[in-house]
Amino acid sequence: MSGVILSIKDLQVSYGGIEAVKGVSFDVHEGEIVTLIGANGAGKSSTLRSIVGLVRPRAGQIVFDGEDITGQDTTNIVKKGITLVPEGRRIFPDLTVLENLKVGAYMRRDRLDEDIEWVYSLFPRLRERSWQAGGTLSGGEQQMLAVGRALMSRPKLLMMDEPSLGLAPIIVRDIFSIINEIRKRGVTILLIEQNANMALQTADTGYVLETGRITISGTGAELLSNEAVQAAYLGT
Amino acid sequence: MELFDKLLPYLLSGISVGGQYALIAVGYTMVYGILRLINFAHGDVFMVAGLMMVYVSTWAPLYVAIPLVILLTVLLGFVIERVAYKPLRRAPRMSVMISAIGVSYLLQNLALYVTGGLNKNYPTIPWISDTVSVFGATTKMVTLVTPVLTFLLVVLLVQLINHTKIGMAMRAVARDFETSSLMGIKINNVISITFIIGSFLAAIGSMLFFTNYPGVTPTVGAMPGLKAFVAAVFGGIGSIPGAVIGAFIIGICENIIKGLDTLLTTFGVIQQPLGLSTFADAFTFVLLIVILVFKPTGLFGEKATDKV
Repeated sequence: MSGVILSIKDLQVSYGGIEAVKGVSFDVHEGEIVTLIGANGAGKSSTLRSIVGLVRPRAGQIVFDGEDITGQDTTNIVKKGITLVPEGRRIFPDLTVLENLKVGAYMRRDRLDEDIEWVYSLFPRLRERSWQAGGTLSGGEQQMLAVGRALMSRPKLLMMDEPSLGLAPIIVRDIFSIINEIRKRGVTILLIEQNANMALQTADTGYVLETGRITISGTGAELLSNEAVQAAYLGT
Repeated sequence: MELFDKLLPYLLSGISVGGQYALIAVGYTMVYGILRLINFAHGDVFMVAGLMMVYVSTWAPLYVAIPLVILLTVLLGFVIERVAYKPLRRAPRMSVMISAIGVSYLLQNLALYVTGGLNKNYPTIPWISDTVSVFGATTKMVTLVTPVLTFLLVVLLVQLINHTKIGMAMRAVARDFETSSLMGIKINNVISITFIIGSFLAAIGSMLFFTNYPGVTPTVGAMPGLKAFVAAVFGGIGSIPGAVIGAFIIGICENIIKGLDTLLTTFGVIQQPLGLSTFADAFTFVLLIVILVFKPTGLFGEKATDKV
């Protein structure tokens, strides 16, 4: 693996006195798929949201591409090449599918045709529905659109918050195979999941987050065979 | 045919006033669409635009004064948002609303200070003040210009919102601040542009309105502001076409009520005037109550998108 693209050092996040993240440190290497797994309220979402500047960390440091981005504005961070597929998709319901993709490339000034073509080739369903309002898509299609929209900004690091939430198993498998496809394009991926099985099968590296701390780390395969992980997250 | 002849003058001024309300109402509805804020200061921005015209036209020729006043009004709208609303972005919505009421009174009091409470005569803008005759009814040119100009501006605005990049950003921000910022959209810029467009239209509206009005006083913005607000609610707040249609309906109804006495006596329905014109303003507010009771989302209010 090549160099470190994202480095989190002793990240702490709290909301009104309640500590959600209590000193988390980890590195993401370029071209890797990294996953954070953990139960509800373990601090996964807070970690992603502070990386992209939606919440201000209380302490700690976030270094992306050699630059300290801790506490910067979301728009600045996005411009540097980080994007987040938010939990619950958050499609713009009254923009068309095509407009949703275009809005994903809002900061870019060059031509978008190639990227739109690429997204449509990853998700052919979106091409069929390109003139439909985003709000009329099914949950799975909305997730595809959310991923496609995020890709339109040509991110170096794509973060995903629970991409499998509320989707049928067959669609979840599709989404994960496309995550692999996206990685082949050189995009680094950081995803958080409650669906630990699928996430660990896909990931190069995994971290287990428990009540705001990383308790176990290793390669995806190591975590899959780890007894503690199996007992707590894989239900075997 | 006689009915038409009698009705026409009221209809004409109704359409004209409706257009002027429409230009103000669009500002209310756009700001609501993005910030979910009833911008109570909007009517007063309209008043200040009128007042600025009074003062600027004393030293500048109209071809300088008109663009300058538009520019200053736009600047005023921009500054109000940055100073009074932006710092409250994360505050409860009620706080922003109270701030808006504060700005409204601040502008009225500043105007009172500057004018000494005296009625200031609005300058005569040539051409649109000319008298014309339409099917035998005499009226000012502004009566004809207003609906045309309103229509043009609204069509342009709808094009901007539906077919440009910034329009797309406005629609996105109106739905979801957080996700919009994830797209790299600078929320504050989009909000500023919304206020700029609203103030621009209010400035145009004030020029058309005051051409037909005796003069500018510090509280002159309140009534047209309120009526434009009712128009926006009537049309479904957040919807631009709704606000425009609502404004025309209110303008026309209000003017027909003003002429009701004359019309009814002419046709012998009543023997002497009953002073019905007094109810012209009341009509608007009765309409507001009826709408809020029976269809709170208005004519074209936000509808939930259905799955297909």
